Amino acid sequence: MHKYRTDMYEGMIAETVTVPGHNGTIINAYFARPLGSGPFPGVVLIHHAPGWDEWYRETTRKFAHHGYLAISPNIYYQFGHGAPEDIAAKARAAGGVPDDDVVGDMTESLGYLKSLPQSNGKAGVFGTCSGGRQAFLVACRTKGFDAVVDCWGGRVVMSQQELTPKYPVAPIDYTKDLSCPLLGLFGEEDQFPTPQQVAQHEQELKKYGKTYEFHMYPKAGHGFFYYDKSGYRQEQAVDGWNKVWAFFEKYLGTTDKR
Amino acid sequence: MCTGIVENARVSGNGKGPNGWFPLDQASVSYDHPDHARAERAVIIDLLSETAGPEYRIAVELTPQSARDLVRAILASLSRGEGDGGGARNESVQ
Repeated sequence: MHKYRTDMYEGMIAETVTVPGHNGTIINAYFARPLGSGPFPGVVLIHHAPGWDEWYRETTRKFAHHGYLAISPNIYYQFGHGAPEDIAAKARAAGGVPDDDVVGDMTESLGYLKSLPQSNGKAGVFGTCSGGRQAFLVACRTKGFDAVVDCWGGRVVMSQQELTPKYPVAPIDYTKDLSCPLLGLFGEEDQFPTPQQVAQHEQELKKYGKTYEFHMYPKAGHGFFYYDKSGYRQEQAVDGWNKVWAFFEKYLGTTDKR
Repeated sequence: MCTGIVENARVSGNGKGPNGWFPLDQASVSYDHPDHARAERAVIIDLLSETAGPEYRIAVELTPQSARDLVRAILASLSRGEGDGGGARNESVQ
């Protein structure tokens, strides 16, 4: 941390690219990377329920700023194009994206990152809200990610009544297959997930001897990183981001200059 | 979508958006974290036109109590207008 010096060069490029998604569909993604030959680790970002929005494009650049090849695919592509929150509304009305589709999308984005000549061969997956749930799910159902960050993902624990053809298995039931270390950040005032559900998930991780860190923040609810929302909590967000950087640095081998 | 709670209904009517009035054919009602309302949880209502495109949408995020109050107001107006029999006064108001 805090390795940046005022006499250092830095630069990045950030742009919309196209990558394969689930079943080979070509989809839009926002890709940001530091300038230079690297090698850099990669991070796939899974956007939240409000859509493939400005916060996610900013956060993709934030990861590049910290030394990552960062890609955020638009997982709502099957709902067409328009303003992000209008497309998110269509996704919401449709009950979201099937888990199988997200797993397919992330597998393709992981392959894209690792194919880049600047890649150091390692990659993580990061998600918030529904994307946090999906990040954990993807880290269980695929091999190839080296670390996963789940920020306040709801419905990792699901009742039998919540299971549908789109969500046939509760992510917690895949815990035994988790393929990489997990960082989880949660707010104790959140009801989706509740602290009790987070504790239940933690028990399952312990049961299978998984490597994980869970942090439950007091006086924080859902989405406490979102600086433009009423749920933003400055102190908890700063600490949470520091935990993200330390975790990824440990498992992905970045040369973070921030 | 953190809650996964969504109820959809087919509707018939019109809504007014930035570009004027348009026909509505779907109502989507979710209980989830709001994007704009200053509340931890909200009832999110999207009135949509499936055929006209995603920008044809009337959206509201209501606190749970506001949503209950709205439901009461809708039901009360229906009760006053149509009575328990429903629809009996439609012709008389033309």
